[in-house]
Amino acid sequence: MENLTTQMAGVPLNHYIYLCAIIFTIGVIGVLTRRNAIVIFMSVELMLNAVNLLLTAFSVHNNDPSGQVFVFFIMALAAAEVAVGLAIIVMVYRNTKSIDINVLNRLKW
Amino acid sequence: MSTQVFYFVATLSIIFSLMVIFAKNPIHSVLYLILTFFTFTVHYVLLNAQFLAVVNFIVYMGAIMVLFLFVLMLLNLNNETEPSKSPLIKIIGVIAGCCLVVTLVGSFKAASINSPLILKNQGLGLVENLGKELFGPFLLPFELSSLLLLAAMVGAVLLSKRDEVEA
Repeated sequence: MENLTTQMAGVPLNHYIYLCAIIFTIGVIGVLTRRNAIVIFMSVELMLNAVNLLLTAFSVHNNDPSGQVFVFFIMALAAAEVAVGLAIIVMVYRNTKSIDINVLNRLKW
Repeated sequence: MSTQVFYFVATLSIIFSLMVIFAKNPIHSVLYLILTFFTFTVHYVLLNAQFLAVVNFIVYMGAIMVLFLFVLMLLNLNNETEPSKSPLIKIIGVIAGCCLVVTLVGSFKAASINSPLILKNQGLGLVENLGKELFGPFLLPFELSSLLLLAAMVGAVLLSKRDEVEA
């Protein structure tokens, strides 16, 4: 393990930035193009994970453990958010018999 | 040789996250999301953030994915009921996403942070180091997050409980 991580020194920081930007954008595209509420939730999870990975990479780059503590808090927050969000989706499904978010279009105004 | 592991895993995570978005069946989306999170765990191991790798494995691949799968199975959605947006909206969404990625990559290219990632302190991401940080300067946010989890638990139970008065 130690051997592997010392050899990892070759990866430039901006490649981590590009990877996270691409995965974040994939999450944004998922939110924009899907109508299933659960898939939209999963896209939000993808975005959160991209940010987590970038925070970890910067924490390693700056030799500062605070970044990894932030990632830990983001994970706790994501767990809470998923629990409440899925409860809301179950309630919406119980009331409208569908999880199509266009059913909820009256929330727009 | 070992930097190639990063590029291989990065390619895998991009492919799997694309499959999450474009899979027709929501169950397949969840399964691809599990694979994406597994590749993220490998990224954490490569960065020697071992605590985060374990937490990612347990929280995301264990708890959150079980929740998603459980709700999907509970709602019992068929493929016919799966709605889809009109092709025009889909194309516009993909174009908007491409604009976003071009903007992000272009601005980061202008910043040109291409110094290689060097792990200066081998014990940076270990439990000992992070625990000292978590129970030292970050003690108050740590305790507050327990309140957040409690509120989320109460909220989830309250939301999903059936209204007995109206029913």
